[in-house]
Amino acid sequence: MEYQNTLTTCIYCGCGCSMYVETIEGRITGVWPAKTNQISGGKLCIKGWNVTGFVGHPERLKNPLIRKEGKLVEATWDEALTLVAEKLRSIKEESGPGSIGLLTSAKCTNEENYLMNKFARAVLGTNNIDHCARL
Amino acid sequence: MIAAIRKAVAERLDSRDGVVALRRRSGGVAPYLFQKGDDLSEMEISPKYPLMTLVSRLHKAFPAIRLAVVARGCDERAYVEMVKRNQIDPTRLEIIGFACTAEEAQACFCGEPSPKRLVAGTPPAPGPLNPLVAKYDSLPLEERRSFWKKQFSKCIKCYGCRNICPECFCEACAMEDMAWVEPGLLAPPFPTFHLIRAMHMASRCVACRECELTCPAHIPLTVLYDLMRRDIANLLGYIPGADLEAQPPLSVSLEQAPLRK
Repeated sequence: MEYQNTLTTCIYCGCGCSMYVETIEGRITGVWPAKTNQISGGKLCIKGWNVTGFVGHPERLKNPLIRKEGKLVEATWDEALTLVAEKLRSIKEESGPGSIGLLTSAKCTNEENYLMNKFARAVLGTNNIDHCARL
Repeated sequence: MIAAIRKAVAERLDSRDGVVALRRRSGGVAPYLFQKGDDLSEMEISPKYPLMTLVSRLHKAFPAIRLAVVARGCDERAYVEMVKRNQIDPTRLEIIGFACTAEEAQACFCGEPSPKRLVAGTPPAPGPLNPLVAKYDSLPLEERRSFWKKQFSKCIKCYGCRNICPECFCEACAMEDMAWVEPGLLAPPFPTFHLIRAMHMASRCVACRECELTCPAHIPLTVLYDLMRRDIANLLGYIPGADLEAQPPLSVSLEQAPLRK
């Protein structure tokens, strides 16, 4: 009998509400608002209550996909990252860094989004970066 | 008081598969299933969480599990109504009850701040009646409507009141049924959204106040549910959570539970 409540922070926006993700035998069984947390004080919005919905969702991507002849085909990470690097380099050379924009994700950590910002500005040389969680 | 509860929990860990209580870990307190070998110095009794919901989940996940639970008065009342609706198996649960503090009873406006199976603590005096209920009673009908219209207009439709409620366990929820609640509207349709839940809570609500505590919009939901409890008591003579043997009036026919005049 394995029961855990894992303290975590909602990934859907920048407010930073705190919650416990409940697991029984390693499978997610619910969300408890974190009552002792001073940010959210035991309250959540509909996103927080449903924050685990994507974890086991059948439509969740488990591998990179590359569009080949109009169809999305499963690929390895090496193959996908190499393709992205080549394309970004050629677009930057042909049209300049301002032609590239990055949309990053609320489901990443703060640190991952920081790295994305560094990648945009220091590597690609563009300021075109945005994020769905900038409340 | 907590020392007496820890002692009772330690004893149950020898004879049962686990004890449901609260545990403090890395800066927060959450529900937990204590098992033999766990550090009981991490056990806590505050803040209150609806622990019978967890008991129910564990009873369903492990059909043979024999548990104990550290419970307040409201947890015990929730237990009574959940047993009646087959959400908890009473033969596989023992209640380790403790009394709330006088401050907690006051803050919750709690009429029964102590369980019947009391292991620790001294029952405090019941809290006062919620002054908002008396204020509401004094309003003429049209102003009562505007009171709720104003309160429900704050709703962000998070479903937290339903999610946290130990007595909300229907597999299909009418509050998610497009026939009753048009999707995509904020605030949700007045007054159906909240009154669907209020109607379903009649003869179920045990006044634990969890819905109000978790409401991000600060809607005084206990006023609604206190009034519902009062009507059910006056019209049908039923007090949810009071008696394991009493039949919930909405589960039987009108002949079996006639309205009181």
